[in-house]
Amino acid sequence: MSESSNKIYDLIVIGAGPAGLAAAVEAWNKGLKKILVVERAKEAGGILMQCIHNGFGLHYFKEELTGPEYAERFIDMAGKTGIEIRLDTMVLEITSDKYVHIVNTIHGYEILQGKTIVLAMGCRERTRGAIGIPGTRPAGIYTAGTAQRLLNIEGYMPGKRILILGSGDIGLIMARRLTLEGAQVLACVELLPYSGGLTRNIVQCLYDFDIPLYLSHTITEIKGERRVSGAVVMKLDEHRKPIPGTEIDFDCDTILLSVGLIPENELTKKAAITMDPRTKGAVVYENRETSVPGIFACGNAVHVHDLVDFVTEEGQLAGAGAANYVLAGEKDTEQVVELTNGNDVGYTVPQHIRPGKMENSVGVYFRVRSVHKEPSVISIVSGSKELARLKRDHLAPGEMERISLTKEQIRSATGKISISIEGGSK
Amino acid sequence: MKQLICIVCPKGCHLSVDEEKDFAVSGNSCKRGETYGKMEIKDPQRIVTSTVAVTGSVYVRCPVKTDKTISKRLMFEAMKTLDRITVPAPIRLGQIIVKNVCNTGANFIATRDIR
Repeated sequence: MSESSNKIYDLIVIGAGPAGLAAAVEAWNKGLKKILVVERAKEAGGILMQCIHNGFGLHYFKEELTGPEYAERFIDMAGKTGIEIRLDTMVLEITSDKYVHIVNTIHGYEILQGKTIVLAMGCRERTRGAIGIPGTRPAGIYTAGTAQRLLNIEGYMPGKRILILGSGDIGLIMARRLTLEGAQVLACVELLPYSGGLTRNIVQCLYDFDIPLYLSHTITEIKGERRVSGAVVMKLDEHRKPIPGTEIDFDCDTILLSVGLIPENELTKKAAITMDPRTKGAVVYENRETSVPGIFACGNAVHVHDLVDFVTEEGQLAGAGAANYVLAGEKDTEQVVELTNGNDVGYTVPQHIRPGKMENSVGVYFRVRSVHKEPSVISIVSGSKELARLKRDHLAPGEMERISLTKEQIRSATGKISISIEGGSK
Repeated sequence: MKQLICIVCPKGCHLSVDEEKDFAVSGNSCKRGETYGKMEIKDPQRIVTSTVAVTGSVYVRCPVKTDKTISKRLMFEAMKTLDRITVPAPIRLGQIIVKNVCNTGANFIATRDIR
């Protein structure tokens, strides 16, 4: 490659959604000047562009924005820098020595090199195949996000009589959106005894329109030859087995699936980056560096977030980490502290903290495994010593928790740090 | 006494609002929660978001929102004002699409640029 010297970037960001844009802008502000963002869609902004509802930015901008408005703020910020964004371009592969293989219709196939890489590919929706619903395979079954794109971007109504399986946020948002557009949303059906969505979405998207929420229920059959003509919903016992005699017939023409999101990490795995089976994202350090030095990851590619504000925060961490890697080089880090799940904690991000590399404090995200309606305590323990106790009035798996640990607390750890939940009736 | 869940932030405080004591709110953990609780029982308000048809662009829909909250019971009526509208590109973020929606004083404005 004769031109290779021109093609060495300080930073190559994979994905121009909120995580990737925040990482690129932060790295620019911290002093990196040769930054490329590669995006497979025809415009930047990622999934925010189809999330036309409001409620974004309360933490970061201290105001309520719609998805496109939130995205445009970061697109504008990036536009005022020298950051290069290549749209309509697919990344085929990244390697652990930081070569990025890309292809588009203008430049064809290219291999670029980055001194650092930030992975910000986001996540994708689980489909019917992932949950194995029995029945025929007619038209009219969509993931909630696909229906959202059809309605908000392409301008098509996906159906008239709609049944929603799963109570994830996108499904709830679509229940309201479709109702306002004149469809009849018959019900939202949730396998678990509690909703996976944010409370405000349950209230504003279901309660506001008297849409029933069936907890501990699932679809046991989809009917229809060419188009969905109905579905059977059944109540589940404590082992999640359908209870005979509880069948409810729904006369629907459309079924939306809002049954979870999976971080998108084909590129990550190919680069032999260590993955966390709990988050289905890369294992990361406090600055979102992965197991491969100089490759960072952030946003929904690392773990699925509820709020874009925290995706932005994580993108900035990764961007700052990348800038520091290029400008200051690798520092010796004598101590690495591992975070582990204690009682009722499903995962933590980051999974490892290096006090020698962190700022004065580090934010730790985690999810609980069950709903705690009564006040409970987050206990942070290392060895026999409790480093911190934090009270919470309400904890739920659908609401990511964020705690802050100081450098002093991390330094004082003997071995691993465990985060667990005490009390709070379930 | 009415029970409701606060939606001002993701915390979701469980509020009680006493209509007989001038809509006194308890269970909130911030001032905004108190305002929300009072309002939600007296006259619930919502921002309405939707899209309008676009001509002269590769984009066929432009997302819009009301620039302030409107009464919850007017949501469907507000949606109707967008039904027959087609807006020519280019459209600027913040551009007024429908003025004074249902006499609420709120406007539908574009929430992105359309080139």
